[in-house]
Amino acid sequence: MTDRLTTLRKTIENVLPNVEGVLALRIGPGGITAPHLFSKEHSEELDKLALWPKEPVPDTLKIILRAHPDAKLAIVCRGCEERGIVEMFKHSQLNLDNLTLIGLQCEQDEAEFCRCAKPFTVHSKLTVGEPIEGVPDPLTAKIEAMSQPEKQAFWKQEFEHCIKCYGCRNICPQCFCNICALEDETWVETGRLPMPNPSMYHMVRAMHMTAKCVACRECEETCPADIPMAVHFRLIARDVREMFNYEPGASMDQKPPQLLVLEEGEYERSGLPH
Amino acid sequence: MIDYKNVLTTCPYCGTGCALHLQVLDEKLVGVLPAKNHVVSEGGLCIKGWNVHAFVNHPDRLTTPLIRKNGKLEEATWDEALTLIADKFGEVKTASGPDSVAILTSAKCTNEENYLLQKFARAVIGTNNVDHCARL
Repeated sequence: MTDRLTTLRKTIENVLPNVEGVLALRIGPGGITAPHLFSKEHSEELDKLALWPKEPVPDTLKIILRAHPDAKLAIVCRGCEERGIVEMFKHSQLNLDNLTLIGLQCEQDEAEFCRCAKPFTVHSKLTVGEPIEGVPDPLTAKIEAMSQPEKQAFWKQEFEHCIKCYGCRNICPQCFCNICALEDETWVETGRLPMPNPSMYHMVRAMHMTAKCVACRECEETCPADIPMAVHFRLIARDVREMFNYEPGASMDQKPPQLLVLEEGEYERSGLPH
Repeated sequence: MIDYKNVLTTCPYCGTGCALHLQVLDEKLVGVLPAKNHVVSEGGLCIKGWNVHAFVNHPDRLTTPLIRKNGKLEEATWDEALTLIADKFGEVKTASGPDSVAILTSAKCTNEENYLLQKFARAVIGTNNVDHCARL
């Protein structure tokens, strides 16, 4: 049996001749990994192909596609990243016709690190590794079991550590509004730390992640204050599942609930805030 | 051909030494990505680090020294600027003594640059008035 890295490399080598580039992870200087666009012209760079740590590749894809909307690319994506790409497609952020998905199945330790319920891809035609079952999320379960006052006290304390770096928003593959409510003085006062009302920033973000968060945990990972914010996104996702029977990224054609109001007209990215 | 690169560097804003990737698309700086497996920052950045790419090509960025002439700042060469600074330091030192000068260095500089500045203060000017912005 070959390992995932070898199989992934072979898969990428097969795909490379048919695309302009394959977005995957590469080990850079000092052993630091980063997303990289592998090309057929420099296929020797695949010697530095990496699997872990997980990086926000859909976000990098978004940056490339904004400058090259018609580029024919492939992307190596884990379950969460695939869900992110599907949601970006549903919100008119990318064209799936030009995109080849290479699904990378997570292993047990990776799934446990992310407390992931769905560490596998479902849409990618090319896959690498064997899919495994989801793992429990003990942190979310613990917070869910708290009483209302306990929850309030817990989040108040967590949010007070926020240094308002905007990292959670910057790294999120689902944050693509041209004008961001978190930069609006009405909601989030600029130029003051600690924030006078830190819950406002986080609750605005939580509301905006409704039916969008794909549970990739990039926000938690980049947070310098270690705020476990994926927990409230997951609890909101549970509510959305119960109320609208909708799971972000799960199906290609089920319309996200927040777009249903626009059903009568064609939804297109207008360049204006929505 | 699409040219996308991540350039690993150290955040220039303070002395902590967080690592970040500058995202370069078609030779234009487009964004910042934190470096997850870096020992110092472990994938985190503050708001300044997240916006490092913004100042590099900003139109307000100074690209030459400026010398105030007749109340107005005018572009100058480094030679002109350094000569003027040396002359003024010399004048102040002669008139009021070396302790009338203070040197403020920066956490944005390297250790070596900070070493040189304290050396300059003590050996050239002759004062122990050396401090740096990280004390703020």
